[in-house]
Amino acid sequence: MEFLLQPLTLLTFFPLLGVLVILFMKSEMKTAIRWVALVTSLITLGLSLWVLSMFTASNPDLQLEAKYSWIQVAGWNIYYYLAVDGLSILLVLLTAFLTPISLLSTWTAVEDRVKDFMIFFLLLEVGMMGVFLAQDLFMFYIFWEFTLVPMYFLIGLWGGPRRVYAAVKFFLYTMAGSILMLIAILFLGIQTNTFNIPDMLKVLPELYSSGAIASGTQMLLFVAFAAAFAIKVPMWPLHSWLPDAHVEAPTAGSVILAGVLLKMGTYGFLRFNIALFPDATVTAAPWIALLATIGIIYGAAVSYAQADMKKLVAYSSVSHLGFVMLGLFALNPQGVAGAILQMINHGLSTGALFLLIGMIYEQTHTREIKVYGGLWKVTPVFGTIMLIASLSSMGLPGLNGFVGEFTILLGAFGSKAIGNPWYAGISAIGVIMAAVYILYMFQKVFLGPAGEITHHHELKDLNVRELIIIVPLLVFIFWIGLYPAPFFNLIAPAVEKLLSALPL
Amino acid sequence: MTQPQFTDFYTLLPFTILVVWACVLLLVDLFIPKNRKSITAALAAFGLAVTLGYTISQIGVSSIGFNGMAVLDGFSTFANVLLLISGLFGIALAHGYTKRMGIQRGEYFTLILFSVTGMMLMAQAADLIIVFLALELLSIPLYVLAAFTRKVESEESGVKYFLLGAFATGFVVYGTALIFGSTGTTSLTEIAAAASNGSSGLLLSIGAALLLVGFGFKVAAVPFHMWTPDVYQGAPTSVTAFMSSGAKIAGFVALLRVFATAFPSLSSDMTGILWVMSALTMILGNLVAISQTNIKRMLAYSSIAHAGYILMAFVPYGNKDVVSTSIAAGLFYLLTYVLTNFGAWAVVISLEKAEGKGLEISDYAGLAKKYPALAAAMVVFMLSFIGFPPTLGMVGKFYLFRAALAGGFTGLAILGVVTSLVSAYYYLRIVVNMYMREGDPVVESEPWLTFTIVVTAVATVVLSFVPQFLFLLASTALLK
Repeated sequence: MEFLLQPLTLLTFFPLLGVLVILFMKSEMKTAIRWVALVTSLITLGLSLWVLSMFTASNPDLQLEAKYSWIQVAGWNIYYYLAVDGLSILLVLLTAFLTPISLLSTWTAVEDRVKDFMIFFLLLEVGMMGVFLAQDLFMFYIFWEFTLVPMYFLIGLWGGPRRVYAAVKFFLYTMAGSILMLIAILFLGIQTNTFNIPDMLKVLPELYSSGAIASGTQMLLFVAFAAAFAIKVPMWPLHSWLPDAHVEAPTAGSVILAGVLLKMGTYGFLRFNIALFPDATVTAAPWIALLATIGIIYGAAVSYAQADMKKLVAYSSVSHLGFVMLGLFALNPQGVAGAILQMINHGLSTGALFLLIGMIYEQTHTREIKVYGGLWKVTPVFGTIMLIASLSSMGLPGLNGFVGEFTILLGAFGSKAIGNPWYAGISAIGVIMAAVYILYMFQKVFLGPAGEITHHHELKDLNVRELIIIVPLLVFIFWIGLYPAPFFNLIAPAVEKLLSALPL
Repeated sequence: MTQPQFTDFYTLLPFTILVVWACVLLLVDLFIPKNRKSITAALAAFGLAVTLGYTISQIGVSSIGFNGMAVLDGFSTFANVLLLISGLFGIALAHGYTKRMGIQRGEYFTLILFSVTGMMLMAQAADLIIVFLALELLSIPLYVLAAFTRKVESEESGVKYFLLGAFATGFVVYGTALIFGSTGTTSLTEIAAAASNGSSGLLLSIGAALLLVGFGFKVAAVPFHMWTPDVYQGAPTSVTAFMSSGAKIAGFVALLRVFATAFPSLSSDMTGILWVMSALTMILGNLVAISQTNIKRMLAYSSIAHAGYILMAFVPYGNKDVVSTSIAAGLFYLLTYVLTNFGAWAVVISLEKAEGKGLEISDYAGLAKKYPALAAAMVVFMLSFIGFPPTLGMVGKFYLFRAALAGGFTGLAILGVVTSLVSAYYYLRIVVNMYMREGDPVVESEPWLTFTIVVTAVATVVLSFVPQFLFLLASTALLK
């Protein structure tokens, strides 16, 4: 039972305690249930900061390991194995940070089945933490698949009019990706006699060099893992589930979906594809860069065509995550570090945009761009904050988005693995296009003459609760934008170690 | 040939206890008044529980009796435990259900006991004659049980099951005759010896193929599955639940023992046939299940699909390096299937009304709002059927697909995961109805039904976190 007291065990499973408490509460006690959930997630945030305080930034290896044998039957060797390193620490913090913010955003938005909502949300947090912390493939797979279940219910129960369709599509699409990964995981397990990733990394180079796993097989394994992650990211052309899921999901669901769940895909590429299949990674890099570039331009173009604010932001995620993928497969320190930081940035700025859209939607019950207009005059605080979030999303220097995108483009431009500066060149157009669609939305909604909604509604500006939700995000948007060094310091050593194993 | 000694009965002791108890119960039941048949149910459950206790105490023991016609080994003990648990759940489900439907008669419970004894004999059979005997002993009570309601649908179900079952038994007998003709013996080990001497020929292959047909019928594998949806739909639901678990375990156990013991020499031909059977069963079961609107028919096709998954464990039966892992995987999957299956059927029984009402999938609309715990349990069972964490079904599929990959059958494993994806669609439809549609379902609450649902749901979740000891049990459940 010693494993229960490990910091990472506590961090991962603490929300379950909240679930347990809520289970025994009457569903009429809505406010009390909300408080229990919020306090649970805040304590989890505290635990994540405690983990950060024990984390050594200069150490490139896995830290704070909690490793216990779980299923030891001939040839299985499955471990209960949680650990954190520079690749995952920021994502862990992001998860712990966005969960209380999302919960707070549901305070008045979710009135129906509050008890179930909070239970599913806290379960989702357990799943996400587990995905980022698990260092055993069996365990990782369990967490990876498990996150689908609560998210499925969050979309299907509290979503918009087409929620059932969106929920089922989300579930089946994502599952379609992970079934091939399951086969690849089992294959690796059989070949290496273990599911423990560090042990696997010790055995694999030998298997590759001796030809026990041929290079063609390695490529197939790479593709099987990539299928799961590419759907989750989502990379063009596997993105079609995303707009549906985003538009139908409740605000808190969208924030977590964009903020954390999509990052599980990019994180998967980083932790598994690049580390486990080095030769295939190098071979595939130009192709992934091509898909990423198409995604950047396509996502931006389609964003511009949207009439629904939420859909616009949803498609912008396709574009932004294209940048992350481009950075990852630049396979040099700038590209990868920039990509990791951009994962955080996207979580912050897109999270903020979804929250803000959710706040106005709560008052007007519409997200149609054309019915708004002149909103800034009525709600100046809301307008200002929206402007900051928009500028952050389009990558204005001084705000967080710029740091990430600039580093990624720098990495991609000089990348040996991609081998062609044109990908970075074309992607840079995506930055300009981002300015176009974001500012287009901002202009139509906040500037100009008062629209139908602005005219007829008594619109209120942000209240204290809403400010409490949004200000922490703004703090990080400025912090990363003005002084990103502490964040890069956390990432860099682990990235160096990861890349040193590649045959470049 | 030596005369059977008293010690021979040690080998068959679990079976013997239950047979004697069932015979006694048949007499005792005469003195139990008509409105108090719960006593018969309790006595039947007691007999099963005692036998279960004895069987568990025998884990690790192995012996051979009756001139090698019956064996007791890890494999049969594992199967017997599963079968006895099925019997217990079968009685727990039937107790309230039969009363509610006005069909509570004492014979119901004795028939379940006799059927379980047949299944247990099947698990211990080391001779084709015993296999045949066991097949009849397990099937005949099931024919009666399927027609137990005495309504048209139920009688149709019983007659259909009987006719096709008799036909399948015919295949088994004819197969046995051909095998005897070719090898001069019905003992599984002697058949294997004769076959490896090269004295076998076409007759032996035909005989083995006929046995496959007979067992294929019992486990509802494509193309011998036609009877399943009709029989499952027409039979009383508590019988369906028992039949879909117990008869399937017995069929698979017999298939595994007969093929792995007697016909390893035929594996080069049989593996291909089993591969195709497994693939077809997975594909057809899952695809046809999509279009079902009646939950009993949907679960019937789902049980066909799961037969396909379990068959996957049989494909590499001739490969000495992997046969033990794949047997273990098959047994483990049977365990996960039994728990999940009984849980799901128990939920179906909770919602079923007289005259076959409450069996449409749309009748599940709104269940989550009114009965959150029941709906949550059903979600657990559906996730387990799909093979999703945190349930035992996921661990079971992990084990099964790993065995298929280790045996070199990558294509079959890929087919397995792809059909699992298909299955997610129709299992999720129940979840969608329960949680995302409005409705006003009425649930019959009965203590033993609730007990079954709670036990199976909790076991399905909890055992997925601590499967180590089950893995060990399954991997030591070797054939002797």
